[in-house]
Amino acid sequence: MLLGDAKQYCGCVWNVFLWRTSTEIMEDVIGRMQDEKNGIPIRTVKSFLSKIPSVFSESGCHFVLGLLKNPLFVPLVEALHLGTLMAAHGYFFPISDHVLTLKDDGTFYRFQTPYFWPSNCWEPENTDYAVYLCKRTMQNKARLELADYEAESLARLQRAFARKWEFIFMQAEAQAKVDKKRDKIERKILDSQERAFWDVHRPVPGCVNTTEVDIKKSSRMKNPHKTRKSVYGLQNDIRSHSPTHTPAPEAKQPTEEELREQIKFWQAQLDRHRLKMSKVAESLLSYTEQYSDYDPFLSTPDPSNPWISDDTTLWEMEASKEPGQTRVRRWGFGIDEVLKDPVGREQFLKFLESEFSSENLRFWLAVQELKRRPIREVPTRVQEIWEEFLAPGAPSAINVDSKSYDKTTQNVKDPGRYAFEDAQEHIYKLMKSDSYSRFIRSSAYQELLQAKKKVKHLKQSDNPKNPPQKKNLIL
Amino acid sequence: MEPQLQGQVIRQLFFLIGATSVNSILLRKDLCSCRKGMLSSPHQNTPRHREILCFLVEMAAQPSDTLATLKTESETLKTKLEEERAKLHDVELHQVAEKIEALGQFVMKTRRALKGHGNKVLCLDWCKDKRRIVSSSQDGKVIVWDAFTTNKEHAVTMPCTWVMACAYAPSGCAVACGGLDNKCSVYPLSLDKNENLAAKKKSVAMHTNYLSACCFTNSDMQILTSSGDGTCALWDVESGQMLQSFHGHAADVLCLDLAPSETGNTFVSGGCDKKSCVWDMRTGQCVQSFETHESDINSVRYYPSGDAFASGSDDATCRLYDLRADREVAIYSKESIIFGASSVDFSLSGRLLFGGYNDYTINVWDVLKGTRVSILFGHENRVSTLRVSPDGTAFCSGSWDHTLRIWA
Repeated sequence: MLLGDAKQYCGCVWNVFLWRTSTEIMEDVIGRMQDEKNGIPIRTVKSFLSKIPSVFSESGCHFVLGLLKNPLFVPLVEALHLGTLMAAHGYFFPISDHVLTLKDDGTFYRFQTPYFWPSNCWEPENTDYAVYLCKRTMQNKARLELADYEAESLARLQRAFARKWEFIFMQAEAQAKVDKKRDKIERKILDSQERAFWDVHRPVPGCVNTTEVDIKKSSRMKNPHKTRKSVYGLQNDIRSHSPTHTPAPEAKQPTEEELREQIKFWQAQLDRHRLKMSKVAESLLSYTEQYSDYDPFLSTPDPSNPWISDDTTLWEMEASKEPGQTRVRRWGFGIDEVLKDPVGREQFLKFLESEFSSENLRFWLAVQELKRRPIREVPTRVQEIWEEFLAPGAPSAINVDSKSYDKTTQNVKDPGRYAFEDAQEHIYKLMKSDSYSRFIRSSAYQELLQAKKKVKHLKQSDNPKNPPQKKNLIL
Repeated sequence: MEPQLQGQVIRQLFFLIGATSVNSILLRKDLCSCRKGMLSSPHQNTPRHREILCFLVEMAAQPSDTLATLKTESETLKTKLEEERAKLHDVELHQVAEKIEALGQFVMKTRRALKGHGNKVLCLDWCKDKRRIVSSSQDGKVIVWDAFTTNKEHAVTMPCTWVMACAYAPSGCAVACGGLDNKCSVYPLSLDKNENLAAKKKSVAMHTNYLSACCFTNSDMQILTSSGDGTCALWDVESGQMLQSFHGHAADVLCLDLAPSETGNTFVSGGCDKKSCVWDMRTGQCVQSFETHESDINSVRYYPSGDAFASGSDDATCRLYDLRADREVAIYSKESIIFGASSVDFSLSGRLLFGGYNDYTINVWDVLKGTRVSILFGHENRVSTLRVSPDGTAFCSGSWDHTLRIWA
C-alpha cells in the first residue's frame, strides 16, 4: 500500500469524525489564508496612476489549499479548480474582473469581507440590486461605469419598479453620500467588495450562479429562520416572502407503534447471519477479477470501443445470433449469466430440449414472464402456468418439494404475481446444481466455446491496430 | 387486559401501597410528634428514610412512560447491532486488495457532448440498446437522444418544472418521468415523429411530494418510484394501481436502485435521513439498513454482483456497503473533495466507481483499493446525474451546465 494511500485513508477516517459542511471548510481555509503569520502575504501594489490596496496574487496557489495538511497530494489543476470554486462562492475575487475565477497568471485578488460571506444567508432582493446599480451611476463614472449586462439590468429594474423608483433613487443617493464620506482607500476596498458581492448574487450572464440550490434541499434549508435582510436597509414592506422559506418541519417523534416496529426490526437484524470481512473481501476481489476482461474501462473491447473508434461493429456483433467466444465464456461464470443473456437462454433451452428435460427452464421462464405482466393478466396466467406445469396430469410436469407444492396450491386459489415464488426458487436451485452444470459440460456448449477461438486468433494477427492488451497499461 | 392498562393498574396499586406505608411510617405515634411535624424522631429522619420517601413519591408521580422505555430499548438494540457488525470486521477491504495490481493511468475523455437542454439537466437513463439516452431538465423538457450520433430523437415538455426523475423502459418503447408534479408519467415513444407524444401520456404513480427517482423493473409493466414524501412504491403501469408501498425512511427518499439479480426481488433506497435501506419488493419490508453517512444520501447503486452497493452523499464521501458482511466496508473520500457527491455508478466489473460531484468534477475511484484513480474536469456546473451504459463501454454525466457528456 502506498504511503499516500494510507494517509488518504487515515485522513478519510479522521474526517468522518470531524465532518464539516463545504461552507465551514471554505471559511476555515479563508481564515488560514488570512492568518497574519502563516497566511498569504497581502500588500499594496503600485500601478500606473494609483495604488491598489490590500491584494494578493496567485503565483504559488498551493496557498489556496491551506485546508490540506499536505498540499503536495493535490495537483495544481485541482488546486486552481478548488480556488475557483471558493471565488465563485464569494470568498475572494479578482480586483478587475466580474468573472470570479482563480488563475495562476499574476492577477491580483482581494478577500471578501465576512459581512458578505455566504454563511450570512444572503438573498438580496432586486430592490437592493436596483439601489446598488442606481448608486453606481451617481458616482465617479469613469471608475465605476456599468458593464453592458448591468446597464440592461438597470433598465429592466427601472421598468419593474417604476412606481417605487423615487424611493429607490433616494436610497441610492443616501448610500452614495455615505460612501463619499469614507476614506479614499477604504472606499476602493469596500466598493470592490460590494461589487464582488453582486457578482455572486447577480452573476455575469454565462457564469455559474453559486447561490442556486437544489429544490429538493431548499425546502428543508438548515436555516429556517433566515432573515431576509436588506443590503441597504430597505424596509420590509417592499419585500415579498419567498415560498421556499417554509421552516423545516420538526422531526416527528416516533409513535409507540413505530417504536415497537423498530424494536422488531433491530431484533431481526441481530439474528441475521453475517460473513466475516475477510471472506467478503475475497469474494469482491474474485468477482471483479473474473469480470475485468469484460469491463471496457479495464480491457479494450474487441474490435473496438464504439464511443472511441466511432465504429459500431462491437454492437452489431452482439446483436447477431452468433455469440462470440468471450460471450459464450461468460455463460460459464454462473447460471445467472446464461439466464440474463437472451442468446444464452436460447442455447440452454435448446440443449435441455434435446434431453427432453426442458420443463424446468420453461417453468422458470414462464414465472419470470408472469411477474412482468400487467396485474390484470395475472390471474389468467397463473391458471395457465398451473395447468401446464403443476396440476395433476400436467403436460410439462415439474418436480417440486411437497412443502412448496402445498404452498403453491394455496396461492393459486388467490393468484398474485408471487404465486409460484417458492416453486420457482426450488426449481432455480435444481437447475443451478443439475441442468446448468450439464449444459456447461455439454458438447453443444463446448463447441460454441471452441468454435470462435480459431476465428479470433486469426483476427488478432490480422489486425495489429487493435492488439488485445489491457487498457490500463502505463504507456 | 391491555398491557398499557395493566401497567397503569400496577402503578396505581404501587402508589396505594407506597402511600399507605409512608402514611403508617409517618403517623406512628410512638415515633413522631404531630405537633413538631413529621419525622421528628431521629429514627425516622435518617437519609435512608428520606431516600425511600423520595423514591416512593417519585414513583407515584411518574406518568406511564412506555414511549421512553421503548425508545431506550430501541436504542440499546441498535447499539448492540453495531457491536455485532463490528465483531466480524477482521480486516479492511483495501488491505486485502493490496495483493492485486494497481490500475494504471486512465485516459478518459469526453467523446460526445449532448447539447439541447435549456436548463439544468437533472436526470438521465440509458436505453438497453446501449446508445440511446433519455434526459430530463429543470425547464420541464424530457429529451431522448441517440447519444452515438448526438441526434435528438424525441422531446416532450412536461407541465411541471424540475423533472427530477426519468427512466427508459426495458423494451426501449417508452420513457417515464416526473418531478415537482408528484407524479410519474409514462410516455410511449412513437416512431412517427409527427405524433404528439404528450397526447399519449399515462399517469402512473401518485405521491404526496416530489418524485425523486423512478425505475422500470425488468418489464415495461411495473415502475418503482421514490419520493420526497418519504416513501417508495411499486406501480402497475397499465392500471396505475399501487402494488406495494415501502415505508421506513424518516425523511425524503432521494434515490433508488434495483438489484441486478435475475432471481431477486430487492432494491435499495437512500434518503435525507442519512439512511440507506434494502427492501423486499414482495413483502414491502425493509430487510437491511445502514446509517453511516453524515448527510443526505443522493445516490445509491448496486455493485454488479448484487452483493454490495455504493452510495454518494452531501457529506462529500461515497461509501460501499456489503450485504453479506452487513456493514460499510469502504469510504471513498479526499480532503480536497469538500462538495457533495450527487451521483454514483460502477463500471461493469465493479472495479471502478464513478462519482459526479457538486464541485463540477467527476472522480473515478478504485473500489477495492479505496484510492482515487482519476479526476475529470469538463462540466461548468454541478454534475447532477451519472450512469454507466448497459454494456459498460462508456458513462454519461448530466450537469447543471445544461449539457450531457459521454466519457470513455
